[in-house]
Amino acid sequence: MTEATLVNPLETLVEHFPSGWVKKDDRPGYSGFIVEREHLLDFARAMRDDFGFDYLSMVTASDYLAEGIFDVVYYAYKTIGGPALVFKVQVPREDAVVPSLVALYPGADFQERELWDLMGIRFEGHPDLRRILMWEGFEGHPLRKDWKEPFYEEDVKPFKSRWPEGKPIHADDRNPFNDNVQYPTGFDPERWVPEAETLLYSGLQQTAHYEEFKTDELIVNMGPQHPSTHGVFRMVVSLQGEKIVDLKPVMGYLHRNHEKIGERNTFLQNMPFTDRLDYTTSMSNNFAYALAVEKLMGLQVPERAEYIRVIMAELTRIMNHFFATGFLLNDLGVYFTASLYAIEERELILDIFEEVSGSRMMCNYFRFGGVVRDVSDEVLKKIHNLIYDRIPRKLDQFDAYLTNNEILRTRCEGVGVLTADQAIALSTAGPILRASGVPYDVRRADPYSIYDRLDFDVVTGIHGDIYDRYLVRVGEIKESIKIIKQLLRDIPGGPILAGKPAYQVRVPAGESYGRVEGPKGELGFYIVSSGKPNPERYHVRAPTFINLTSLAPMSRGEKVADVVVILGAIDIVLGEVDR
Amino acid sequence: MKNFGKRFGVMSSLGVTMGHFFDTYIVDLVKGRKRYWTPEGIEARRQADTEGIFTIQYPEEQLPVPEEFRVLPFLVYDEGENGEKNLRCTACGICAKVCPPQCIWIYRATDPVTGKPSPHPAEFHIDMDICMNCGFCAEYCPFDAIKMDHDFELASYTRGESHLYGLDKLMKPVSYYESIRPVNASREAAARAEKARPKA
Amino acid sequence: MSPEGLSKPEYQVPQEMQNQVALTTLDRLYNWSRKNSVWPMMFGLACCAIEMIAAAASRYDLARFGMEVMRPSPRQSDVMLVSGTVTKKMIPQIVRLYNQMPEPKYVIAMGACATSGGPFKEGYNVVAGVDKFIPVDVYIPGCPPTPQALLHGLMTLQKKIEGQSLKEVSWYQKGPGEPIPVPVLGPDLIDMRKAAVIRENSQPVADA
Ligand code: SF4
Ligand code: SF4
Ligand code: SF4
Repeated sequence: MTEATLVNPLETLVEHFPSGWVKKDDRPGYSGFIVEREHLLDFARAMRDDFGFDYLSMVTASDYLAEGIFDVVYYAYKTIGGPALVFKVQVPREDAVVPSLVALYPGADFQERELWDLMGIRFEGHPDLRRILMWEGFEGHPLRKDWKEPFYEEDVKPFKSRWPEGKPIHADDRNPFNDNVQYPTGFDPERWVPEAETLLYSGLQQTAHYEEFKTDELIVNMGPQHPSTHGVFRMVVSLQGEKIVDLKPVMGYLHRNHEKIGERNTFLQNMPFTDRLDYTTSMSNNFAYALAVEKLMGLQVPERAEYIRVIMAELTRIMNHFFATGFLLNDLGVYFTASLYAIEERELILDIFEEVSGSRMMCNYFRFGGVVRDVSDEVLKKIHNLIYDRIPRKLDQFDAYLTNNEILRTRCEGVGVLTADQAIALSTAGPILRASGVPYDVRRADPYSIYDRLDFDVVTGIHGDIYDRYLVRVGEIKESIKIIKQLLRDIPGGPILAGKPAYQVRVPAGESYGRVEGPKGELGFYIVSSGKPNPERYHVRAPTFINLTSLAPMSRGEKVADVVVILGAIDIVLGEVDR
Repeated sequence: MKNFGKRFGVMSSLGVTMGHFFDTYIVDLVKGRKRYWTPEGIEARRQADTEGIFTIQYPEEQLPVPEEFRVLPFLVYDEGENGEKNLRCTACGICAKVCPPQCIWIYRATDPVTGKPSPHPAEFHIDMDICMNCGFCAEYCPFDAIKMDHDFELASYTRGESHLYGLDKLMKPVSYYESIRPVNASREAAARAEKARPKA
Repeated sequence: MSPEGLSKPEYQVPQEMQNQVALTTLDRLYNWSRKNSVWPMMFGLACCAIEMIAAAASRYDLARFGMEVMRPSPRQSDVMLVSGTVTKKMIPQIVRLYNQMPEPKYVIAMGACATSGGPFKEGYNVVAGVDKFIPVDVYIPGCPPTPQALLHGLMTLQKKIEGQSLKEVSWYQKGPGEPIPVPVLGPDLIDMRKAAVIRENSQPVADA
């Protein structure tokens, strides 16, 4: 127990501070500590430096309309592993100002901006507090409980107008504009001056260096429609010659209001929506959401279901890493060849998903307490053939094809470097964090499901560059193969669902955070239940959204052609970034 | 090969692509013509040991969809002796309640004599433009009345009313259901028979 | 198109010349060449775009239809596959891209989202169907439509192209086509064509 001597234990946390600064959160079903707003910065600094919680994983807030307060919730971890430290700040709704933690944990940057955008909580001291998902000028903060969208029908689903006297009415017809819009009273469209994004452009760093070139700084917009941005993502890059001086990501072009819809849905109805977060890895998304709800419900998942879950999650990881590597090569300019090879393997895995779940991409396969249907022996045989024969063979081929290719190496080695300290501070997760040499993997650091019984290694890199990220991904495919081999060997028989299938589940009041190591990093669901059929608060910790915080630090000083590859190596999926 | 790759990375890469190229011809020569246009050929091309050309020549060939495949829901009816269509649906409303995007509208019929609600849907609508093909309606219907279809060839030139399916478009015979999902259908039939037995 | 399909004007070619001569109409030839080289724009929005990539990849292989040439530039593309959820923040760009495409141009709404907003319809940032702004030729239901369903949709588009006649097509009529006004991001999305309705409906009642 060297750990205990180095850092302070959590039990004495309240005494560590002057009285009144911190108190335990003793609402039933809640955990963690409530910190006074004035002392948040001191508290967080002590947590980081004295207690060893160096990794701020998630920042979110929930709106308690009845009490008139916002809870700003922070989840911090130690990168050496262990449970979370949860701390909260409560602020009144009318005076929603909280000190920003960006100076201590730069990874909080985008998450605080998101909270400002959607909840209207102002973070004092934030260097660049602009809206992030909606555009500047949008009316209102949509995630507040008293904000209603144009197609608002009822607070919670199921809507009463559907049964027993359901007459189909298009939502458009209920709206005075016959569209999904609403305007403040007295609004005149002709007098509206659209926001010119001055804040965005003026926020770009100016340079004093590179003066020898005597060039002007050039600002280039890449995206949202650009073949290299993996979807509708936009980067504003200021260039000095070909060197990147500064870069600002602009997102929200696929903001589909996942959380607002999720708070109206019942718990079960959210399951198919989670498929559409990171739409290439729906099984992992299902997994994390099921874990979060099961934690609240206290459900025990049958053994066979656990095995099936992990098999599916690892197959997803293999599929995703193949896809990501293929498209990384696309970004390097290897037009399509590598990704076509990768997609071929992906198709074979998708065949399996289609057979067990009914859909190639939107699996919707997990239920609270298990999975929806059993996996037949034929499917297990198919997985067996893939895992023992095809995928290792193809992976070797991929290896021969790419790993030592000189062009790939020169383009990737030493590009987009992130040191371990930076990677932790920026709250990156997944292959990015591990490529920087931090062996942090939720499957090991905070094991869930049956991962504590499985034998696998956490793959890490050394240099934290793009090439190491590639190697980490390839290494993780190998580890996943190892895991699935163990699972196929040991999978027991038995039930696949705890209890009977039910379309309404009772979820006790309280909060919970379920997280898994998704293929792209730590994917977590923060759920607050008030005992009703639908969640009070539903928040997704999207790994790629937070990983994007590291895009600007990685790109500064690189060539403009490399930024495409750097972005490709983060492996973003816009459905998850924008939600 | 491994060491060769270490020193001549690009050559090794080119070797891999070249191998793929020749594979497409060699496999065709070895496997012969039955690799294409036959169900066995299609099946063989999706096995773990497939090499060479991977393409399914839709529309001439079609990749068979698995039993659980889901696109849009439909309502199952039993064919009566005189050709009448007995919908299994009892208008219990569970599917409408569980549907995540809330795209099912059910108008429950009332008995013309008593004026009480009767267990039939007078109207049943599903908005195909909103349906997310999640399969919840089929999963939680207690009467096996709504099921997920396999037909995906649905592209059309218009939307709006034509995509708001009413009873006329939703109703499909039980024989159709048995043809697309034989395993499920027989399992459910057995379960229903089991349930009916103690009463009889 | 098979030779029989190509040379089907109501004119009987004499038996002895059938191997040397093919008769066709200009329309038929024009449409035949057009429909076999429909170049899609390389433009993905959301989940459906992944299925679009899958359709372009080796298993389904769009190249069999002459559609493998995905163009990143709207100037060089014939069909815009709107593959995913159209958000309010994105629609100005989509309209602009559409305006930049040269005639003849087609739009396919792939999936429930592009058609009407789909499962996300109730969301505050979601456009309830891309056809509110740009004309759509083919709708493909499904969430997501499988690659085979997408191919079916593309074939449906080919059928539509086949049915067009040089005499009637809009791009050979006099005068340039009108571009679609690009919507503006205000307190909510502003469709400039509806400015009057918006002003009227958002005035306080006492004013009117
Ligand atoms: S759940 Fe089944 S029986 Fe009940 S209304 Fe729906 S289709 Fe009819
Ligand atoms: S499949 Fe899902 S979205 Fe579609 S009608 Fe059924 S429950 Fe609703
Ligand atoms: S239709 Fe479904 S799959 Fe397609 S973009 Fe919308 S949610 Fe995603």
